[in-house]
Amino acid sequence: MAVLEVEDLRVHYLTRFGDKIQAVDGVTFSLEEGEILGIAGESGCGKTTLVSGCLGLYIPPLHLTSGDVRINGESIARMSMDENRKKVLGQKVAMIPQGALNSLNPTRKIKDMASDMILSHDETVDPKTIYERLRERFDRIGLDSVEVLNSYPVQLPAGTKQRVVIGISTLLNPKVVIADEPTSALDVTTQKAVIRLLFELMDERIISSMIFITHELPLLRHVSSSIAVMYAGQFVEVGTTEQVIFDGRMPYTRALMGSMLSAEPGQRDKKPFAIEGAPPNLGKPIRGCRFAERCPVVQPDCSSTTQELRIVRDRQVRCKYAS
Amino acid sequence: MPADSYKFEAKNVSRVFGTGKKQVTAVKNVSFSIKDRSIISLVGESGCGKTVLAKMLLRLETPTSGDLFFNGKPIAAEADPREHWRQVQAVFQDPFSAFNQFFTIRAQLKSSFNLFKQKPSEAEMEERVDQALLNVNIKPREIDGKYPFELSGGQMQRMLLARIFILRPQVLIADEPTSMVDACSRANILEYLMKLKAELDMTIVFVTHDIGLAYFVSDAIYIMHKGEIVEQGPPDQVTQTPTNEVTKQLLADIPNVHHDWLGREPPVRKKIA
Amino acid sequence: MKLFKGLLKSPGFLLGAGLFLLTLILAFVVPLFMNVDTETRVGLAYMPPSAQHWLGTDHMGVDMLSMLIAGLRSSLEVGFMAGTIATVLGTLIGVYGGYKGGLIDDILTLGTNLFLVIPSLIVLILLSTSLEEGRSLFLIALFIGCTAWTWSARAVRAQASSLRARDHVNLARINGYSTLGIVMLHILPYLLSYIFMVFILQTAAGILTEASISMLGLGPYDSVSLGKILFDAKASEALTDGAWWAFVPAMVLITVVVFALFVVNTAMEGIFNPRLRK
Repeated sequence: MAVLEVEDLRVHYLTRFGDKIQAVDGVTFSLEEGEILGIAGESGCGKTTLVSGCLGLYIPPLHLTSGDVRINGESIARMSMDENRKKVLGQKVAMIPQGALNSLNPTRKIKDMASDMILSHDETVDPKTIYERLRERFDRIGLDSVEVLNSYPVQLPAGTKQRVVIGISTLLNPKVVIADEPTSALDVTTQKAVIRLLFELMDERIISSMIFITHELPLLRHVSSSIAVMYAGQFVEVGTTEQVIFDGRMPYTRALMGSMLSAEPGQRDKKPFAIEGAPPNLGKPIRGCRFAERCPVVQPDCSSTTQELRIVRDRQVRCKYAS
Repeated sequence: MPADSYKFEAKNVSRVFGTGKKQVTAVKNVSFSIKDRSIISLVGESGCGKTVLAKMLLRLETPTSGDLFFNGKPIAAEADPREHWRQVQAVFQDPFSAFNQFFTIRAQLKSSFNLFKQKPSEAEMEERVDQALLNVNIKPREIDGKYPFELSGGQMQRMLLARIFILRPQVLIADEPTSMVDACSRANILEYLMKLKAELDMTIVFVTHDIGLAYFVSDAIYIMHKGEIVEQGPPDQVTQTPTNEVTKQLLADIPNVHHDWLGREPPVRKKIA
Repeated sequence: MKLFKGLLKSPGFLLGAGLFLLTLILAFVVPLFMNVDTETRVGLAYMPPSAQHWLGTDHMGVDMLSMLIAGLRSSLEVGFMAGTIATVLGTLIGVYGGYKGGLIDDILTLGTNLFLVIPSLIVLILLSTSLEEGRSLFLIALFIGCTAWTWSARAVRAQASSLRARDHVNLARINGYSTLGIVMLHILPYLLSYIFMVFILQTAAGILTEASISMLGLGPYDSVSLGKILFDAKASEALTDGAWWAFVPAMVLITVVVFALFVVNTAMEGIFNPRLRK
């Protein structure tokens, strides 16, 4: 059975000036046990809103427009925030936030923040047991537990902090982990170490499934088994990693791939793909294909017919003309 | 080679911040020669000193020791830094923080004329701004009266380039010009940069952490680590036959779709349809 | 800009601004309609409130309500003048040191810290006592402003210093702008909302400081102020006589004005400071 099911999810947020921005506009997918789904998208495509949506965190100005999110069959989309915090967040679904390095409170010791995570699930656990659990877990993820637990965030280097954040987020062995750009602020060596750590956690069954969100396709090549490309609040192509990266059908996917520059011989002569324009304003209703304005192979009826995500042979594509 | 066919020359240049125990050596004893009309890239992770070094070439920072030469003469020989900026200019990483949010874009582009020895007439300034905008594929009337926050990141980055078309320097320091631009617009920025180089016969110094970008555009790559230049050479040499451990580690750590990066597969594979 | 709309929606701002507006009306508009007479003796000392004199009389038998209104006006004027002087002085010194950095910054910071350490109230007392005759409202305001600027200087300096590293400042430098040009065009505009908040706090502080000085009997000679009313109440032992109208209204007015300004300042911080906005 699918661990996480998202059904036609639509999420909007209200700006300070009263505008309604439909950041997520009809996303459907399911995550199986043991699967890593990669979501590829650039800033503004709605991925961060999608993360909040999958966690059931609808805190104003973020609102659920329609749709459902189910974890092991149980719907969490309309749960109250209190119930969500007690039963879902951290235990069934956990998030590793973007800019994780800044999500640690500088005035508290690591062990205090980690204990909070345990106490949020069960208030009756005594401090000694908590500390032992923390030590065991932190040791397991390759940290010097005694030193790290008793430090303040500012005393730790960036790579260690990222490990700590991952450690705390997965403390309660959540089934699903959603990692939102977990490596963007890190240098490449630390990036590799973080991804290795996430894989180890999966190997050891501490976490069972993962959604990895990033704008860097090359990372997904090595991380995910399947990829969903997100643009303007919708999935525009969903397929296996090989399909999406090497044989993208949707023009936007091809543009993303084509814009990558790699240090391989022969790459100097390949002109990278360039596309003018910017993603559409999601505050207004949009007719037709959202990529039509910028699509290099746009057809006359692309702006007038709404594109659905259809199955074309072996994958899903939101483009009438992809084949 | 005679000394003045090098645009920049550095001999044991260092930049130290702070004093005593809290001293930080951002740039440590670097030496190099940048040929006229070449494109070089300073590559390294954040904190390696590449931005500080670039600022020294831009005369926004001064070396604490060593000698830095521009066009064969010591960089600080000319007392008025404005003279240096007539020949060496920059584009910055974050196009929004690079512009003042209180003034219109047009006004800010015009403010570049402040650098000219003789300011052209009002009409001519307007004309030249229009021309520069056309050079980066922006219709001048589209940005009339607009403020920076009203445009997209890609458009603002092009404003930084339009400014270079106005100033026409000999040298351009490009500090991570594509890192804050979305993937689709990245190639456009590079295209404009190459157009600038061709038209103005410029020397370009790229500062980047992206070795793929450096490989694509440069004649020479300098790998920096902890303030030092650990490897330098033509792109193929640096990427195919690196000699320094740091370079080797960097190349191995960059995720690349074509080669095995992690040394293992992700846990489970799945079919979609 | 659009930030002002947010300000108008903030309950704190509306409360504070509303209260302050009321005090302004009381001090400047009401005298146009009502007879505010601080000279004529209308009765005995400290007569209790009555139909003709809503807040009774003061220690000289003058209508207390008139004294309060006149006092409020003086206090507001002093606060405003002192606030302006302190803010302008502090901003000039803070921005220059903050932007320039290096040796100039070090010297200015040293100077500021020296001034900061001198207990300003004692200086004010000494200045006031030395000027037996000529203590006008304006001079008091000047003294207060000249001792309070240090706080603004430090606050503004910190902001200016962080702005110095911004890219748009670097861009202005490579456009060949002079220090003055950069400070005026690229640093000050970014500081305006902050400076305004500083000004509000300095005004509030000015009002409080003047009240303190006046309560010690060292206030302005040529006019009434709220602090002076309190001084007179103490000197005439109105407390022991149970004449609450001698000091309670004055205290309430001072509290209300300062409170209103603080609340406005807090509301503005919530809107203007992006980090607090989250």
